[in-house]
Amino acid sequence: MDIKDVFRSLSEASGVSGYEQELVRPIQEACKWADEFRTDKLGNLIMLKKGTGPEPRPKIMLAAHMDEIGLIVTKIEKDGFLRFSTIGGFDQRVLLSQEVVVHGKMKLSGVIGAKPPHIQTSGEQSQAVKMEDLYIDLGFETKEQVEELVQIGDLITIKRDVVDLQGSLMAGKAFDDRAGVAAILECFKVLASIQHQADVYGVATVQEEVGLRGAITSTYGIVPEIGIAIDVGFGDQPGLQDSDTIALGKGPGVAYGPHVHPKIYERMVETAKEWSIPYSMDPSPHPGGTDAYAIQVTRAGVATILLSIPLRYMHTPIETLDYEDVKRTGRLMAMFIAGIDNEFVEGLTCF
Amino acid sequence: MLLARLTEVNGAPGQEGEVRNLIRAEVEPYVDEIRTDSLGNLYAIKNAGAPGPTVMLAAHMDEVALMITGIEGNGYLKFRSIGGIDPRVLVAKTVVVGEKKVPGVIGAKPIHLQQPNERQRAFTMRELLIDIGARSKEEAERQVKLGECAYFTTKYEEIGQNRVKAKALDDRVGCALAIRLIQSDVSYPLVAAFTVQEEVGLRGAGVAAYQVEPDLAFVLEGTTASDVAGIDEHKHATSVGKGPAITVVDRSVIPHPGLVKELLALADEKGIPVQVRRNTAGGTDAGRIQLTKAGAKVGVVSVPCRYIHSPASVLSKDDFEHAYQLVKSYLERLEESEGSR
Amino acid sequence: MKDLIRTLTEAFGPSGYETEVTDLIKTLVEDYVDEIETDVLGNLIAVKRGSEDGAKIMFAAHTDEIGIVVTHIDDNGFLRFANIGGVGVATLIGNRVRFANGTIGVISREKGDWKETTLDKLYIDIGAESKEEAQAKVNVGDFGIFHREFVDLGQRLVAKAMDDRIGCVVLIEALKQIKEPKNTLYFVFTAQEEVGLRGARTSAYRIDPDLGIALDVTMTGDTPEARRMEVSLGKGTAIKVKDSSVIAHPKVKELLVKLAEENGIPYQLEVLEAGGTDAGAIHLTREGVPSGTISIPTRYVHSPSEMVDVRDVKACVDLVVALADAEIDIN
Repeated sequence: MDIKDVFRSLSEASGVSGYEQELVRPIQEACKWADEFRTDKLGNLIMLKKGTGPEPRPKIMLAAHMDEIGLIVTKIEKDGFLRFSTIGGFDQRVLLSQEVVVHGKMKLSGVIGAKPPHIQTSGEQSQAVKMEDLYIDLGFETKEQVEELVQIGDLITIKRDVVDLQGSLMAGKAFDDRAGVAAILECFKVLASIQHQADVYGVATVQEEVGLRGAITSTYGIVPEIGIAIDVGFGDQPGLQDSDTIALGKGPGVAYGPHVHPKIYERMVETAKEWSIPYSMDPSPHPGGTDAYAIQVTRAGVATILLSIPLRYMHTPIETLDYEDVKRTGRLMAMFIAGIDNEFVEGLTCF
Repeated sequence: MLLARLTEVNGAPGQEGEVRNLIRAEVEPYVDEIRTDSLGNLYAIKNAGAPGPTVMLAAHMDEVALMITGIEGNGYLKFRSIGGIDPRVLVAKTVVVGEKKVPGVIGAKPIHLQQPNERQRAFTMRELLIDIGARSKEEAERQVKLGECAYFTTKYEEIGQNRVKAKALDDRVGCALAIRLIQSDVSYPLVAAFTVQEEVGLRGAGVAAYQVEPDLAFVLEGTTASDVAGIDEHKHATSVGKGPAITVVDRSVIPHPGLVKELLALADEKGIPVQVRRNTAGGTDAGRIQLTKAGAKVGVVSVPCRYIHSPASVLSKDDFEHAYQLVKSYLERLEESEGSR
Repeated sequence: MKDLIRTLTEAFGPSGYETEVTDLIKTLVEDYVDEIETDVLGNLIAVKRGSEDGAKIMFAAHTDEIGIVVTHIDDNGFLRFANIGGVGVATLIGNRVRFANGTIGVISREKGDWKETTLDKLYIDIGAESKEEAQAKVNVGDFGIFHREFVDLGQRLVAKAMDDRIGCVVLIEALKQIKEPKNTLYFVFTAQEEVGLRGARTSAYRIDPDLGIALDVTMTGDTPEARRMEVSLGKGTAIKVKDSSVIAHPKVKELLVKLAEENGIPYQLEVLEAGGTDAGAIHLTREGVPSGTISIPTRYVHSPSEMVDVRDVKACVDLVVALADAEIDIN
């Protein structure tokens, strides 16, 4: 299976924050180029590709989160409808009329029901439906029938098959941040045919959407000298200003801000220019919002950078990207890694 | 004048180079070792490995600033704040951009052309632009780069009754205190950690504490004083001229109660005026240091500053001196009880 | 047990100033454990050693309660204050506070619309007639707590600071029942949970456990027009699925459910939309610690009259005791 197909199947799989197990095997099986695999106590998947340099080799950690935002069952009403709450940041407006999968004793299909226009009051359509008024219809008739299969705390994901749009553009759910995971796989594929001194830890992190939690513990365990977080960034879409977005099809955004070590930034940009890999400069005054924020301040500190794959409609089930940007990000990381040696790493603590 | 030199250099969170270089030159003669880490924290170390408690003095080097996030076709610069800045303090100010210190102004529409009610509505950061006089995007790009920061241009000046007006008193005043205090004659391990990125989430401090592993830490800050016209007395937080402020509780930390008591008693004994910080908002590096590894005893001593996070802040030189004397007395007292001489 | 609950809930222990509570707890547990000590943050750590091949379990119940801190004394002897932890305006007006030295005051507010009444519009009246008289009893920087006595309503008990003295009681009662556990048990009475899960962070780092279990209160949805929540008083211990600080490790959640079912302990599953517990800090320590929370269903959380059901408390105790000998196989 080529990596683009792996990406497709990862997007369609389910892995809400805290419950990412279903994703571990497909990612591991797809990563034919790693030497060792392990999962840590929180469920982070760590894939090690060893370098060829003399020991002790520098450690570079690549982090992309495999969890997606989702919903959680909070109540089973007497007629079998489910009430729910969110895990991660969901705009309640995108939920109305979505098809869902409820992960109970087995996977059950459901619909987030919408009131037909015929019985709405005038003016109702100008108000967003509140989360507490939404419900899921599983097609059962009684609470008892539902309770045999579903309990409080069961997870719910949106049902969405990936859609291929024009050119290399695709739309689907959980591209945030399975696209980053795909970029790590693309990177490993390129690394397989070039020399690199450093040990590379490709980490599919857990629970990023609820507080960068997997990044905190996985970094603590690996103790890398360099950390590269790959997440999605705000792609150009109607209604957003240019200075707040990165254009699709022009390569990853390379962040510049407090969470980015200046020497890593320089080297990344030099690498991009040397290998003719397109990229956008992404000025980021606010260091938070991605695994980079957590990685940078672990233990005695890590030199970090953030690469962002441009993505439209973030946190909706129709997130849209250009797959070429995923490949470019993978390639950029691989060529960057190829140029890292002990001397460069030692210079990172010199200011 | 140390405080003048410190406030007139520029250093946004993540871009503290100028400040770090100045401080390094100031402390080098007085310590055994100077080093930095991968975030850019600067450590000035004395008596490493000596017996006794490890004491850490922490002050942050970064100041709030504006990051250039876009260059318009007509040469104007778009920006966003890095750290918390009230957009209302920005309009009609002068700035310098980047390492080259390119001068610019943050423009405002002339009063003549405004509607009467326009003046009631505050400008938002999105509406403001920096004008460096460039007439095109290309011309602007020759002078400034995306990601560089714009800083206020306030000059250090002594005003009124032994007061100081400058930018970035939060936390160059803390840095000045640490630079003087690291010169204390003690035998136990003493580290002055000049931290980075405090203004964007107390980020350098935890990394520093992880390495230093202090038993005791003093965070030295410039804190809010709102003892000004139009503010009710109970909202002042601290008062300028009434001595350094000891934190009892803020958003990030509840300093060790025993240590707070000791500081107040010591101030009383030495006749040093002191006040309790009367506001629980805001956070400092102490929050991170206290919770690193298995925990540390921390205290926060601050110099009251009016108008922090704006182009021009004001403090009292007496408060600054008294803050220095208070912490110095504590360090000396500690030497008497725990020192190895 | 009811007397223990009365004594602990009536004690003085706002975040950062928990010594009265930890001193009390120390005298109650020291004879049942192998080691006991207090750390720099004020956490009380009591260890009961198990067998070589057992796991290291850290139980955490916090000793601190929400409260207030005096920020100003005005010329007429009235006090202004700020909150310590999640104290809301609605629970303060007309209530009484107590300071460490026993001084008691009444809280009221400035005139104006309720909707615009923020904490800085409230004040405390300790009956002083002047600033000097007030300063003789209270200082700026003094911490205070709700002043309210414990009430026994039969199956249900009401007191201030059930959050989380009831969690402490659960651990103390469980400890008394555990004789020779298979696992090594760290009973940590944590400090400063209400202001950011702080004590749990440093104690978990120090202990580095295999499994972390917090004991804390959770809200219920069984009162008139309550916010939707499927937890009720009297239906047993609440096993947490998630709150805003932690998503319980699935295997920990499963283990707790299994133990409850095997031992006939009534339980309910809990999803809390807002709110956190010490498990939030424990699970992110070092390389990660599989963690969960055993919750005591409580009505009126963060008010001076928090209500629990003794049957639920007993169920929590039984579940903790069951963990002492359980096979912990999380990986």
